[in-house]
Amino acid sequence: MGEKVLMKGNEAIGEAAIRANCKGFFGYPITPQTEVSAYMAKKMPKIDRVFLQAESEVAAINMVYGAAGTGVRCMTSSSSPGISLKAEGVSYIAGAELPCVIIDIVRGGPGLGSIQPAQSDYHQVTKGLGHGDYNMPVFAPASIQEMVDLIMDAFDVADEYRNPVMVMGDGMLGQMMEPVEFKERELKEPVKPWAANGLAGRAEHNVINSLYLSPEALELHNIHLQKKFKAMKENLVRYELFNCDDDCDLIFVAYGTTARICKSVISYAAKDGIKLGLVRPISLWPFPVEAFDKTIAKTKHGYLSVEMSCGQMVDDVRAVVMGKKPVEFYGRSGGMIPEPMDIYDKVKEIMGGVK
Amino acid sequence: MAVVFDRPKALLDVSTHYCPGCTHGIIHRLVAEVIDELGIIDKTIGVAPVGCSVLAYNYFACDMFEAAHGRAPACATGIKRTNPDKVVFTYQGDGDLASIGTAEIVHAANRGENITTIFVNNCIYGMTGGQMAPTTLIGQVTETSPYGRDAKSTGYPIRIAEMLSTLEGATYIARVSVDTVPNVMKAKQAIKKAFQIQLEGKGFALVEVLSICPTNWGLSPLEAMDWLRANMIPYYSLGVKKDKTEEVK
Amino acid sequence: MPRVTFREEICKGCGHCIVACPKHIISFADRLNAKGYKPATVTEDKMKDCIGCASCGRMCPDCVITVEK
Repeated sequence: MGEKVLMKGNEAIGEAAIRANCKGFFGYPITPQTEVSAYMAKKMPKIDRVFLQAESEVAAINMVYGAAGTGVRCMTSSSSPGISLKAEGVSYIAGAELPCVIIDIVRGGPGLGSIQPAQSDYHQVTKGLGHGDYNMPVFAPASIQEMVDLIMDAFDVADEYRNPVMVMGDGMLGQMMEPVEFKERELKEPVKPWAANGLAGRAEHNVINSLYLSPEALELHNIHLQKKFKAMKENLVRYELFNCDDDCDLIFVAYGTTARICKSVISYAAKDGIKLGLVRPISLWPFPVEAFDKTIAKTKHGYLSVEMSCGQMVDDVRAVVMGKKPVEFYGRSGGMIPEPMDIYDKVKEIMGGVK
Repeated sequence: MAVVFDRPKALLDVSTHYCPGCTHGIIHRLVAEVIDELGIIDKTIGVAPVGCSVLAYNYFACDMFEAAHGRAPACATGIKRTNPDKVVFTYQGDGDLASIGTAEIVHAANRGENITTIFVNNCIYGMTGGQMAPTTLIGQVTETSPYGRDAKSTGYPIRIAEMLSTLEGATYIARVSVDTVPNVMKAKQAIKKAFQIQLEGKGFALVEVLSICPTNWGLSPLEAMDWLRANMIPYYSLGVKKDKTEEVK
Repeated sequence: MPRVTFREEICKGCGHCIVACPKHIISFADRLNAKGYKPATVTEDKMKDCIGCASCGRMCPDCVITVEK
């Protein structure tokens, strides 16, 4: 397309899906991502594609299961409480090896929580979201442009691996407006001989299923699925290293909009002669282990995981760092957004400096 | 001599796991006969439930889905909306449709989804070993109503056919039984009509089929048919509960 | 003369066909099939009374019965 348009995050999500040839969108209103459904409700019928507001987030993910099983690209979107509802459905989708894209625009929790931005779904989504042995790639954009690009990638990744893929933002990304360019790109939509879209003369019927009554058969199925997740770990790692080329006093670990706040702190601290860097995971699963391999030697005071939660990603940082350098946490919860100066105070506290 | 009755082609030539005398077998066969007679095997997609008939995906020759418990109508909606030229049916039991799946069936019916639902009502949860269902009769003993279902604590059996008939979006709702040959033939007619309504694009059709569960009722197959006649038919009356086929479109 | 054939190896001995037959010509065989059931059958001497109505087939949950007329 080549031209930049100012778009609200939630609407850009819808447009990105449309450009990626999403044929079916099944959603449900929940703050702060309701605009995704509203946008799709307007656009999809105009281009002869399917939009349906389901009766619940549970129904929506099961509609995705149905559409995806017939080989059609499809997507659903929700926010934290609704994502919890989808957990069973996502497990079924992974078990049946169906491709689909799920959007999570995170709000404060637990329970009904708040409608303000948060990053407290990290644990559940990076652990696949539902029951059983499986993984779901999770991409975390830090800008609307990146969100658009990651969503279009997500459809390709989902089709390539026959797996659900999540793009996770927060309430800020959903609600804010930024310039976006929808670049022309080749869609990687494979032929799907496994789809249950009617025999049409085929000798054997196709069955979309995740039930294996024989434990031997289910174990074989799991071994097969694990091979896919291993390949995903090798191929889907994405991250940004910011200001980490040289030695740092401390390196932030932050994703999404929190990473942008950390970048402001980096600029501010530079004026005081404090050198800070940032590891910005873009794939939360697979977690970018190599980003830490590349930076651990360069950080004097270790890592500071900054999150809009009570500390979820920090567990993965600690697991990767394995005690070789200190790992600290700073966060706000409940929908509160961390203030740059408060983050900076934490940095100085870790460095042992005067406030 | 010509063959006048045989296994329908839409049923794979495999032995089923259903108990001796279980009416799932009859109902599967009726659905398969209808698919054969309407010539739609190549474009039919069925959605199996969680329940005794979870393995229906191994028995029907058409493309099949296994859906999460209660979610078959949502799954079918996703299939049909993105593939409107296909014939989509759900096949569900009383736990799947009348308990966990009440939201999904009500809303699929309410939206007038152009799908066909076969609802197998045997007043009990068979697969998990005979627990109370929303359709269990008052006084009926099950594993989770060991002293007989008591309305004060667990409410009354739900009449799904009547309940769904109140929805504008529902085009055809019928309740049938498969306890005798004449009833089996009427059941087949209702099932055929329900599929024909989908073929004509006329909206949502559901056939509730009264069925037996000899194993969990603790009766022989023949005794179970007697029990169905004596206890279920008086409460769950047979007949067409709604038919607005003529008015649609 | 109409004729019914029973695939005895898939019969589960439920008895619905026996009750359904208007000519009462179906009975359980004396032996067990591989599944351990006594399969339903029509002995040759009774076959002449078959009217080919397929009531038995219609009540069979396992597609055991083929009816020729």
